Amino acid sequence: MTSFKLNGKSMTVEADADTPLLWVIRDDAGLTGTKFGCGIGMCGACIVHIAGKATRSCVTPLSAVEGAEIVTIEGLDPKGQHPVQKAWQDLQVPQCGYCQSGQIMQAAAVLKDNPNISDADIDAQMNGNLCRCMTYTRIRAAVRQAANAMKGA
Amino acid sequence: MDTSVNAPILTRRGFLIAAAGTGVAFSFLTACTTETASTAPPFEPTQWFAIDNNGIVTVNVIRAVMGQHVGTSLARILADELEAPWENVRIAHVDSDPKWGLMVTGGSWSVWQTYPLYSQAGAAGRIALIEAGAAALGVDPASCTAANGEVISGDKKISYKDIIRKGGLTKTYTPDDLAKITFKPAADRKLIGKPVTSLDIVEKTTGAAIYGIDAKVEGMVYGCPILPPTRNGSQVTYIMDAPAKEIKGYIQTIALKDPSNTVPGWAMVIADSWYAAKKAAAAVTIEYSPGPTTNVSEKDLQDHAAKLILDASKGSVLATGATDTAPAFKAAKSTIEATYTTATALHFQMEPLNALALQKDGKWEIHTGNQWQSLVLPWLAKALEVPETNVVMKTYRLGGGFGRRLNGDYAVGAALAAKAIGKPVKMVMTREDDVKFDSVRSPSVQKLKMAFDKDGAVTGMEQHVACGWPTEVMAPFFMPKGEKDVPFDPFAISGANHWYAVGAHKVRAISNDLANETFRPGWLRSVGPGFTNWALESFMDEAAHKLKLDPVAFRLKLLTAEGANAGSAPNSVGGAKRQANVVQLAAQKAGWGAPLPEGTGLGLATSFGQERDMPTWVACVARVNVNKGTGAVKVEKLTLVADAGTIVDPDGARAQMEGASLWGLSLALHEGTEFENGNVKARNLGAYTPLRLADVPELDISFVESTEAPVGLGEPATTIVGPAIGNAIYNAVGARLRHIPITSAAVKAALA
Repeated sequence: MTSFKLNGKSMTVEADADTPLLWVIRDDAGLTGTKFGCGIGMCGACIVHIAGKATRSCVTPLSAVEGAEIVTIEGLDPKGQHPVQKAWQDLQVPQCGYCQSGQIMQAAAVLKDNPNISDADIDAQMNGNLCRCMTYTRIRAAVRQAANAMKGA
Repeated sequence: MDTSVNAPILTRRGFLIAAAGTGVAFSFLTACTTETASTAPPFEPTQWFAIDNNGIVTVNVIRAVMGQHVGTSLARILADELEAPWENVRIAHVDSDPKWGLMVTGGSWSVWQTYPLYSQAGAAGRIALIEAGAAALGVDPASCTAANGEVISGDKKISYKDIIRKGGLTKTYTPDDLAKITFKPAADRKLIGKPVTSLDIVEKTTGAAIYGIDAKVEGMVYGCPILPPTRNGSQVTYIMDAPAKEIKGYIQTIALKDPSNTVPGWAMVIADSWYAAKKAAAAVTIEYSPGPTTNVSEKDLQDHAAKLILDASKGSVLATGATDTAPAFKAAKSTIEATYTTATALHFQMEPLNALALQKDGKWEIHTGNQWQSLVLPWLAKALEVPETNVVMKTYRLGGGFGRRLNGDYAVGAALAAKAIGKPVKMVMTREDDVKFDSVRSPSVQKLKMAFDKDGAVTGMEQHVACGWPTEVMAPFFMPKGEKDVPFDPFAISGANHWYAVGAHKVRAISNDLANETFRPGWLRSVGPGFTNWALESFMDEAAHKLKLDPVAFRLKLLTAEGANAGSAPNSVGGAKRQANVVQLAAQKAGWGAPLPEGTGLGLATSFGQERDMPTWVACVARVNVNKGTGAVKVEKLTLVADAGTIVDPDGARAQMEGASLWGLSLALHEGTEFENGNVKARNLGAYTPLRLADVPELDISFVESTEAPVGLGEPATTIVGPAIGNAIYNAVGARLRHIPITSAAVKAALA
C-alpha cells in the first residue's frame, strides 16, 4: 500500500512497490495526460511534478512517492490556463501533441524556479524533452513568452 | 450517436467526447445555443458534411490526425465554399467504412486530394441552400448570395438554421453533379489562406487529448508481446512461463496463430495490468525455430544492393522519355560518377505501437491510431478469419505517424490475442520492441552518372537506386509499371525522376530482396525522396564543381521548363520554372555568394517534393560551420522557400515546414542505425539520438504566394535539408560526404 497526494487529492494504491508511477497515474488513477514514451527516462513525455520538481514518472517507482505531493498536467492549473499552457496555445506549439504534457510540465517547473531564464538556459533545460514532430522552435519561443508573463505576474 | 453501454470509456474529468454519426468528434468548441428545439432532420447533400437544425456544420474527415491539423485544413476548404461561419464548424473523424473509399493518410496527399472534393461538396450545399432560401424569402434565386451562414437577397435574409428548420431540404448530389460545379474565385475566399486557430490545440496542452494508447473498455486485459528473433519466418516451439506465475496479475502467455502471416512467431503475455505483463514477459522463456535472416547485417544488405545495381537485368526503368543513355555516354567528352548510401533509419514516433481489440455484437472493433485503414483491414479479416465487413477500425489520435502507422501490422497481434482468450486485449509494446518491430526506412545504395559534351553541356544522366520496397511487400496493387511493364515501388524511387533537362535520362529502381526478407520496409516521412534527393542533389553539386560552375547557376541552367518539364494544369502549372524560382529566392534570402568566415559554408538543394503529379517546389540553403580539427558540423541556419500553390492554413503550413525541415536535419546528422543479427541495433534513446532542442538552428521559412492548386507540405522539406548540409560542408571545408548520417569521423576522414 502506498499513499500520496495526486493533484491535491489523497490516493492509496495496492500496486507492487516497483511499479513505475507512470502506470499508476495512467491506469489506476485514470489520468492519461501523462504519456509513456521511452520507459527509460530519456524522452520526458512522462514528466510530472513531485514536490514541485519535474520528475520522470516512468523511472520513479511507487515506493519512492510515499507521502509525496504529485501534480500531473491535469492538475497544473484548474482551467488549463497556466502561463506556460497559455503560451503553448497562443503560439500553436503542439502538432501530434503526445510529448507536450511533458514539455509543459518541464517548462512550468523550470520557470517557477527561474522566471529570469536566459536563452541558453532554455535550450539546456528543455534539451531532455524529445519532440518527434520537431516543434522545437515554437517550444523555445513559448518558454520565452511564458517566462515574460511569469516575470510580470 | 453511439450510446450503447459497451461503448469505450472515453470520459475523463466529466468531459465526454461527443460522438457524431459514425465517428468521434474531436472538436471541443462550446456547443451552440439550442434556444428552441427543432425536429427538422439535418441537411446532408453529400456524405462529406451535414448541417443540423442549429446551423452546425459537421465535416466528415477520413484522414488520420497525427499533428498536421489536417481536419482544420480540410474543414476550412469545405466551409469556405459553403459560406458557413467558422465558429459553427465541427470535425468528425470517422471510423472505417467502405463508403469513404480509400482511407489513407500519407504521401502529403490529404489537402491536394481532398481540395476539389470538399470544394465541390461545400459549393453544392451553398447552391441548394440558396435555392431553398430564395423560395422561403419568395425571391428569385439569382438575386441571392450566401455569406456567413445566411442567404441574402437585397434587404431580406434567412439563416441556414432557419432554412433547415423549415424542413424539406433533401437535395442530394451525385459525383457527376458535383463535378460540374464551379468554385468561387480565389479573391472571394474568406477562410482559405487566412489565419486560424487549429481546433485541436487546447486539449493538447491540458492532457485532455485522447490517443490510441489511452483507449479503454470495461473488462479488458493487458498484453505485452514477446517478439521472435526475426521479423519473418520464425515459429514458437516452446514456452515456459513458471517464473512468470510468481508475478502478481500475470494471466497467461499465448503463442499467436496468424493465418495472415502478419505477425509470425509472436507470443502475447497477458496480465491484469500492463506493467505486470511487461514484467512477466521478461520472466517467460520461449524457444523458436528461427527465420532465415538471423545473421543479416547492414553490410550484407548494402553489399547485396550494390551487387543488384551492377546487374543491368535487375529492376525497373521508369518511363521518363529518352531512357537510352548509352549513346550520350559513348560520345561524352567527360563524365562523372558517384555512389551514395543511406543508413537504416527509425520512425521512433513518440507513442509506442499499441492497439485495443474486442468483439462486440458479432463485429470486431480495433481501437488504434492508424494511417491506412484500407490496408490493414484485409490483414485483420484474414487473421481473425472473418469477412472484412465484420471488422471496424475505430479512430484515434496518433502520437506521431511519420508513416509508421501506414503499416497497421501491430493491430493484428492485439486482435489475435483477443480472439485467443475471448476478452478485450489492450496491447502496448515496450519502446524497445516498438523499435525492433519498426517498419524502418530501408538502407539504400545509389549510383549516379552524368555525361557532358565538349562545351560542358549535360547530355545524359543515370540514377540507379537499390533498397527495400515497402509497397512491394505490403501494397503491391499500388505499384505502377515502368518500361517493359516491369512494376516498381513509386515510393522507393520518386525524386530521381526530376525536372532538370539532362538529355537522355535513365532512372532505375531496384528492389533489395534481402532487405524485403529481413524486415518489413517502411514508408518513413518523405519515403524515397528522402534518400533519392540526398544522392541527386549532392551529385548536382559535384557535377557543378567539376564544370567549375556555381551550383545555383548550374541548376538554373537545367531548370528550363521545356518539353516534359513544362508542367501542366491543374497541378504542375509552370513546371520547372517554379522550381527555378524557389532556388533563386532561397539563394537570395540566404545571401548566396557573400563572403563567409573560415570554416563556414552555404549549400543549396532543391526538389519538387513527393511526386511529379503534385509537385511542391522547395529549395533550402544550409549554413554550416565545420570544425576542421574534430570534423564536428554545426548547422547555423536553414533558409527554406516553398511554392505549394494555394496555402489553406498558413500557420499549419509553416508548422509542417518547420517539422519537415528539422526531420531532414535530424536524419542527416543525428539519426541512423544498422542491422545486426537480423534486427536493428539501436532499440531506444541513448543508442538512437534524434535532434533535440539545443541543436536546432535558426529557421527562415517562406512561401511563394500563389493561387495554383494546393499540394502537400508534410514531407517535401525533409528531402532537401540533408543534401543542402552536405553541399555546405563541401563549400566550407572541401570535404565531400556521400553517406548519411554524416558523422564527425566521416567529415574528418573526408578532410584527410
